Amino acid sequence: MSLRPDLAIIARHVPAGARVLDVGCGDGELMAALRDASGVDARGLELDRGNVAAAVARGLSVIQGDADTDLAGYPDQSFDYAILSQTLQTARAPDRVLDELLRIGRHAFVSFPNFAHWRVRLSLLWGGRMPVTRLLPERWYDTPNIHHLTIDDFRAHLRDRAVTVEGAWFLSGDKSTGRAAANMFAEHAVFLLTRNKSV
Amino acid sequence: MLTTTDPIDQRFGLARRVTLPGPLKLDSGALLAPVEIAYETYGTLAPDAGNALLVCHALTGDQHLASAHPRTGKPGWWQRMVGPGRPIDTDRFFVVCANVLGSCMGTSGPASTDPATGRPYAMDFPVITIRDMVRAQALLLDHLGVARLAAVVGGSMGGMQALSWAATYPDRVPAAVVIASTARHTAQNIAFHEVGRQAVMADPNWRGGDYYDGDPPAAGLAVARMAAHITYLSEAGLTEKFGRRLQSRERKSFGFDADFQVESYLRHQGLAFTDRFDANSYLYITRAMDYFDLAEEHGGLLANAFRGTGTRFCLVSFDTDWLYPTAESRSIVQALNAAGAPASFVELSSPYGHDAFLLDSPDLDRVIAGFLGAVR
Repeated sequence: MSLRPDLAIIARHVPAGARVLDVGCGDGELMAALRDASGVDARGLELDRGNVAAAVARGLSVIQGDADTDLAGYPDQSFDYAILSQTLQTARAPDRVLDELLRIGRHAFVSFPNFAHWRVRLSLLWGGRMPVTRLLPERWYDTPNIHHLTIDDFRAHLRDRAVTVEGAWFLSGDKSTGRAAANMFAEHAVFLLTRNKSV
Repeated sequence: MLTTTDPIDQRFGLARRVTLPGPLKLDSGALLAPVEIAYETYGTLAPDAGNALLVCHALTGDQHLASAHPRTGKPGWWQRMVGPGRPIDTDRFFVVCANVLGSCMGTSGPASTDPATGRPYAMDFPVITIRDMVRAQALLLDHLGVARLAAVVGGSMGGMQALSWAATYPDRVPAAVVIASTARHTAQNIAFHEVGRQAVMADPNWRGGDYYDGDPPAAGLAVARMAAHITYLSEAGLTEKFGRRLQSRERKSFGFDADFQVESYLRHQGLAFTDRFDANSYLYITRAMDYFDLAEEHGGLLANAFRGTGTRFCLVSFDTDWLYPTAESRSIVQALNAAGAPASFVELSSPYGHDAFLLDSPDLDRVIAGFLGAVR
């Protein structure tokens, strides 16, 4: 399978037979991979109706809905993993979405583009323009990314909210980058989180 | 239980009818016997009887799912959805569609003969519920040798039956498709139905329901259909189709003829309906829909209806459907999530309101074919 690099990391770390909720699941690429490779019981939530139709056509259980408003109906700790890939920065209230994710899932995978990547910094510093990059291809007025964040912003937020980091992966293109200067050199990040003390 | 693949099995095919001894115990407490059921089957029942798919029809629908209607000659009401290679593929599924209890196309209803009197039941027919319709269908499946369905599919009132199937016989329904439907009738839904019932009952020909040896209450039933028909369409759809255009005239008549095209259309819809439908059946079936509240049947909590279910669900709503709007489907989805049931849901876009589920919709075809494709 040729999953997007952040999805490939998530797929490698979800154990067989787990119950997974993929929030912002797109056309179900990750869900299908999890189901087919390791018999994962995957459910999805997706805003775009074309994507939902495509996912249902793959035999997946996907509900059309909005991460900002439609997570409330899921019971506490009803999934082993809740996944939010490349969606956090599009939420109206990303902090609340993260809280919901950690309420619904015993663990949560969160991936997002890093706004502190050096290309983004250069674009702002030298060009004085909102960056348009490989991972952030939209212009300021048509981007769905309304809450840009950096890896360090996210780490600080996790500390404030007493969220435990169980794993973190940093990517530049499809290659891993070091943890040390991730905030400068990673284009995007994948975090595995939990709020449970004893897991 | 009987199973057979004999192609000349008299139980299988078009225009079938069976009289089951019953008695069928109804939600009202009444017993109904015998139970006549008119139905059609399409495709071939597999040797293990595991490929049966039940389609449940809407309020004024019938068993002529994909075959010409005997009275109107029109094609089956879901011909575009059901057939070889279609989303509900009869090369793969053994498709069953039965006229619902209380209706008038051959299944027991108020126009049927009451064995106690030898005359039509009329208003002595017991009041029935959606769950009673489902129980009658279960009897039919027993008769056909189908212990467990592959899936149940229904739109509008058919969706209510699909939900009721999943709640009543979870072990017989591994997959349910619920289109443009609801888990309960709202005050507004009941209100529109009551307008229709009062129109029928206000017709002097109705005579307390005892009209089978005279003229039926056609004028009242036509008005009922006209009012209901408006709820099946969207304002934008009506505007696009008719606007304020006049019917075969240059100017307003300053009278009460059908000046506007939309009036002429509704009158035609009302009249055409009376040729094919029994007024008392309309009363009984609308009542069954009004009584429907799946949560009420399960302690007031809809999620309880699906607790521990193994059924996979697929719900579809249409953005311009104001009869059973998306919010109703969404509340079912929330209940399914709360119960941990595997559920899919999509709101499709259509200009045609509630009726969209019966019309050409490639998106709906894709969703249904995809969902059913994953049925074992």
